[in-house]
Amino acid sequence: MVKDYSILIGGAAGQGSRMAGLIIAKLFNQLGYRIYIYEDYQSLIRGGHNFSQIRAAEKEFQSRKEKIDFLLALDENTILLHEKDLAEKGLIIFNEDKIKRKNGIGIPIEKITKEMGGFPIMANTALVSAFAKIIGIDWKILEEVLKREIKREIDLNLKIGKRAYEISKNLLKIEKISKEPSLLLTGNEGTSLGAVKAGLKFYFAYPMTPATSIMNFLAKKEDFKVKVIQPENEISVINMALGASFAGAKSAVGTSGGGFALMTEGLSLAGQSETPILIIESQRGGPSTGMPTYNLQGDLLFVLSAGHGDIPRFVIAPGDAAECLYYSGLGLNLAWKYQTPVILLIDKDVSENTFCVNEKILNLIQSEKPLLWAKSGDYKRYKITEDGVSPLAFPGEKDAIVKADSYEHDEFGITIESEEVEKMQEKRLRKYETMKKAVEKLPAVKVYGNQNSNIALVAWGITKGAAKEIAENLGIKLIQPIIIEPFPQKQMREVLKGVEKLFSIELNTTGQMAKVLNSQGIKVDGKILKYNGRPFFVKEIEDKLKKLL
Amino acid sequence: MNQKNLDTYCQNTWCPGCTNFGILEALKRAVSELIERGIKRENFVFTCGIGCHGKNVDYLNLNSFYGLHGRCLCTAQGIKLAGPNLKVIAFVGDGDIYNEGISHLIHAAKRNSDITVLVHDNRNFALTVSQFTATSPKGFKGSSTPQGSIEEPFNPLELILVSGATFIARGYALKIDHLKDLIVKAIEHKGFSFLEILQPCITFFDNRKFYEERIYEIKSPLSKEEAEIKIREWDYLNGEKSKIPIGVFYKVEKPTFEELVLKG
Repeated sequence: MVKDYSILIGGAAGQGSRMAGLIIAKLFNQLGYRIYIYEDYQSLIRGGHNFSQIRAAEKEFQSRKEKIDFLLALDENTILLHEKDLAEKGLIIFNEDKIKRKNGIGIPIEKITKEMGGFPIMANTALVSAFAKIIGIDWKILEEVLKREIKREIDLNLKIGKRAYEISKNLLKIEKISKEPSLLLTGNEGTSLGAVKAGLKFYFAYPMTPATSIMNFLAKKEDFKVKVIQPENEISVINMALGASFAGAKSAVGTSGGGFALMTEGLSLAGQSETPILIIESQRGGPSTGMPTYNLQGDLLFVLSAGHGDIPRFVIAPGDAAECLYYSGLGLNLAWKYQTPVILLIDKDVSENTFCVNEKILNLIQSEKPLLWAKSGDYKRYKITEDGVSPLAFPGEKDAIVKADSYEHDEFGITIESEEVEKMQEKRLRKYETMKKAVEKLPAVKVYGNQNSNIALVAWGITKGAAKEIAENLGIKLIQPIIIEPFPQKQMREVLKGVEKLFSIELNTTGQMAKVLNSQGIKVDGKILKYNGRPFFVKEIEDKLKKLL
Repeated sequence: MNQKNLDTYCQNTWCPGCTNFGILEALKRAVSELIERGIKRENFVFTCGIGCHGKNVDYLNLNSFYGLHGRCLCTAQGIKLAGPNLKVIAFVGDGDIYNEGISHLIHAAKRNSDITVLVHDNRNFALTVSQFTATSPKGFKGSSTPQGSIEEPFNPLELILVSGATFIARGYALKIDHLKDLIVKAIEHKGFSFLEILQPCITFFDNRKFYEERIYEIKSPLSKEEAEIKIREWDYLNGEKSKIPIGVFYKVEKPTFEELVLKG
């Protein structure tokens, strides 16, 4: 039998369904299962409906199953909304104190919590513990996971868990898999870790879903020694970060589309003043306020062209936590190597969903030293060079006068408006050509599925997960563009060899990646689009693809 | 130290007789004095916004980041965070920081960021050929308000006091020695130092006579209550009778933003 389970745990905001989902995922992870957690929550603090859907499988998947094998309900809403998706032999385990029903297994989780003297939210521990017993997980494994994950009132939680475990009956046995547990990270955690490994010193941000958890994660982890600064608005965020970079500290900012819109003036400043910066843009449903806690991949064309004037930039779009880890580190290093803005474009599901990550990726990231002034002769911040990159010096350096300028300028950094300006523009153009060459040597495009198929899908960000599964199921090819600007023309030409039909799969209304490919002279034969804020199910892609073929 | 060494080769493009020359002269004297007192030349960093005031950084042979209109206090705070030993001084204009960048000014003061802000307040947008700003008097006839502006100005010193600035002073562009002393004190102050400089715009708003008939030097230090009274003595309207005090209004020691962020 294929070991591939889908577990959904839901409740109202404030009932702790997300934490419970993470604990369930870690239990399966302890048994050797690969994990993917989809998080679905609303923009509110209490009430409403939140759920985590876990996929625990022998093989690694990055999309959720349509059918649910275990439905865990902290409230009645969870059953009303999700029972229709229960698999034929699926099991419902529910909060007996809130829900009256015949089918399924009711556990008095609130009663247990009260008896043990716990707070109402700890009923989530009771539900998870009952579930662990039902599916045959040893108490020792459960105890270990609870101890590791629960930071507050662990003894009380263990008491509640133990009681729920004891009163529940074992019904089946989830088999162990001969694999080591994997590191589990959200995309935002991966992004944070990658930047830290590449030498991040300051992170500036204004709260905005779904990027906020980067700021919170970095602030919580004091051993990272990254200073987290929360300025008055996104305009201040980017200008402060540019100041810090100018003074020699590796800096990054993070936001979503609306906040990035406010940063575009600063993006343009980074381009003109050649100040390094890593900008993390986690997309959410737009336009405008859109759907704060749901996903759309609608900012690709925006980040590619954002900012007034011609700005050399990198745009990098990783599709899972491992890629976030690698490309965030790479991105920060590229920003300093080429003294230019790097935009790491992720999306709500990449940011907040949980993925398995190979820890070895961390070894691939180092804090690289940028090109520094050799300390001889007059320092010129914008020295004209062949590859367009001018050596850096920072204020405080003896015998160097460091002048950065938002105006067009000469080599020394003095404002000019004469026809001489074209020399500086051409220097930046040469820098862009250098960047373009560099991209071809980086892992800019990835391929999955049947490499020899003449049918290929293109997917980016979170969409890669479901698209990869369908490509493998149907024996076709999947192409994932990751570095999108400068566009990796050679790599893309290479992977498109032999492809006769190309379909773009995206979470937006117009097919923005298809437009990017068209602008590069690549014909896209069809688009599979979804825009209700939720990522694709494999079957949705399959159905639409069959109609196109 | 030869003050000339502070000049660049950049051609000066201010109007002939511009009072910015007075501020630049006072600034160079202040910097020379501070260098003589032991602050390393390479540790000075200037930022500026966009406007006539911004040209200062092109004329100064010192570290600088010529920033964006209204945003240079943010850049200045970022520099100070990453280089806590640097002396970070921001040139700003009235349109620049009282209009475009007002939120940044209030929050930088609230944080007590250890930077120095020199406001070139000529009370109009001059470089865009004269429009009213937050400190233009009501009735100001600029190119966008030919009938006179209908808005009353605010008093920036009052605003900066309630925002939490720990050093508040006002100078006059053409009282160069007095202004130089104020700049030195502002840079030496540990914390957010704010120096409003009344700077007559000889082309679009030449109020030299108005100022010179009214300004007088105050004796410092003042208590916060006394500072409030002195700050309110002139409300930036064209009050015929009111006097205009200049000097240091307020100074208090508090932990700086950067000290608190970087400790540990």
